[in-house]
Amino acid sequence: MNSAIVLLFGVLAMLAGYFVYSKMFAKHILGLDNSIPTPAHTMKDGIDYVPTNKYVLWGHHFTSVAGAAPIIGPAIAVIWGWVPAMIWVVLGTIFMAGVHDMSATWASVRNKGQSIGSIAGSVMGGKVRTLMMVVIFLLLLMVNAVFGVVIANMMIKTPTAVIPVWGALVVAAIIGQCIYRYKMNLAWVSLFGVVALYGLIYLGTLMPVAIPETVFGLPDNAVWILFLFFYAAIASLLPVWMLLQPRDYINGLQLFVGLILLYGAIFIATPDIVAPAINHNLPASTPSIMPLLFVTVACGAISGFHGLVATGTTSKQIDKEEDIRFVGYFGAVGEGLLALGAILAATAGFATLADWEGVYQKFGDGSVGAFIDGGATILNNGMGIEIVLSQTILTVMAALFAGTTMDTGVRLQRYIFQEFGEVYNLPALKKGVVATLLAVGSCLLIAFGAGGIDGSGGMLIWPLFGTTNQLMAALTLMIVTVILLRKGKTVWYTLAPLSFLLVMAIFALILQLKTFYSDGNWLLIFLDIIILIATILVTFESFSVLRREWRQHRA
Amino acid sequence: MDTQSQSWWQRFVAGLNEFYHAPYRQTLARAARDEEDLFMLLLFCESLGIDNPASFYTLELQPIFLEQFHEWHQRMGMPRCPLQHGGCC
Repeated sequence: MNSAIVLLFGVLAMLAGYFVYSKMFAKHILGLDNSIPTPAHTMKDGIDYVPTNKYVLWGHHFTSVAGAAPIIGPAIAVIWGWVPAMIWVVLGTIFMAGVHDMSATWASVRNKGQSIGSIAGSVMGGKVRTLMMVVIFLLLLMVNAVFGVVIANMMIKTPTAVIPVWGALVVAAIIGQCIYRYKMNLAWVSLFGVVALYGLIYLGTLMPVAIPETVFGLPDNAVWILFLFFYAAIASLLPVWMLLQPRDYINGLQLFVGLILLYGAIFIATPDIVAPAINHNLPASTPSIMPLLFVTVACGAISGFHGLVATGTTSKQIDKEEDIRFVGYFGAVGEGLLALGAILAATAGFATLADWEGVYQKFGDGSVGAFIDGGATILNNGMGIEIVLSQTILTVMAALFAGTTMDTGVRLQRYIFQEFGEVYNLPALKKGVVATLLAVGSCLLIAFGAGGIDGSGGMLIWPLFGTTNQLMAALTLMIVTVILLRKGKTVWYTLAPLSFLLVMAIFALILQLKTFYSDGNWLLIFLDIIILIATILVTFESFSVLRREWRQHRA
Repeated sequence: MDTQSQSWWQRFVAGLNEFYHAPYRQTLARAARDEEDLFMLLLFCESLGIDNPASFYTLELQPIFLEQFHEWHQRMGMPRCPLQHGGCC
């Protein structure tokens, strides 16, 4: 099958979802109404609540939710064949992710721009809010650990990316100084940032950097992981304007550039997909496609993390209610398109089926590496960019995404630990440095605890991260379902994805528990059990609340 | 550059600025408020006669900051002005 046809089909299907399904959902279920003033107007404060142009807001929402996850998950999931991964990404985006992002934003807009945690408390009670906080903490813990391992692998696999990835920090720091200290025009600063970044990428291809295979008895992988977390700890303590803000900004620009390059190259080169449509020749010990596909690909099909963004910042900046459809639904479509690009790069960027099978030798293989190698081949054929330069561009894109998520994740975890210090009156924990050390230490424990001293098995956590992410999405959908039920609206559009996600999450957790037990990985068994308990509690809570609301509604 | 293209350019730059600043507006505003709270605390110390190294500046600035001082003491849990003479409320 030709990748350009598949891509065209996927893009058209998602656009149809936006123009038809989201329109129906916005009009008949959510009842979006421009005459109802949004919190951006009623609570305008020039800080959080600011009416924002819907295109700029879409850019925010999209770049905040799109990270390395919609690349990693799909690039792992193609081991079962490209058709299941693609169907899940396309249908998941149309019927689940779009609905999830849009309805989460709507729920927050109709509740004074409150975060999903606060809405959970007011709609469902304190028990659900506590559950949600536990799930958010686990989500952050795992995403930081996994991304640390992923970036370390990338630094070893593509030594040409070391200079641009770390040089991007210097570029970001300079941008931060130019904007805040010297009040320079952002358009020119942006131009400088992009030119400098791509200059560093070219420099990287001329000067690859590889550290020795062992340093003080530690493998190179472990050294990179330690180095990354040391950096993340420092970055999370710096003022945001110095590094995090300009880094996020560069990432946003890089995301658009990367997507245009990849999509353009696929349409120009039109490579054939060499991977099987459905893989009947699975490597030994590959887990069952059902339910693992639905937790391996979370971001790109449906992701609970989006609910945090949608209700944390996006909802406070919605200018008119009808903008919710464009910002929320189309933001999910943007992430779906990134996942689709990752699927095609990891399946059509290889010369033969044997080459592809050589990469996908066990579950968890391929991943970002397959995206980089496959994508680079497509960029080379489509755009004429030499292969090493293409690999470096895609590695930098993926590593910057993962790095920014890590920076933010460690910072958020630090806040959580500091909050624990406030709540339980532990003076030491209130200190930023102590809380940061705890945040980084817990992530390192997961990274090395799951994968041994070289951290190479860190990717074992990926399905657990996906499951937690789906659990978060289920919680958000449940809150929206209850709100809709109280308004006397049809609830099947949110209840169906919610039920599907809960069933898949429980099923996946039980299967993974069996695998972890047979591997004797006690740390992951412990994590799995915690998430399983949280999922079962969420399921029972959903069932009892919905039953109560249903009775009241029908009475 | 004609007016139309100039206004398009200005709109583009405004959008770019919004894209850069909006995600961190809250964080920066909080940090600025914390700084201000510290400064107000110094002003308050001044009014109570507690020595502080920045007294030369803080005392001079008190009248200018009176409105902000009012917001600050309310934020600090003091509904009425804590100053004995010439307060804000």
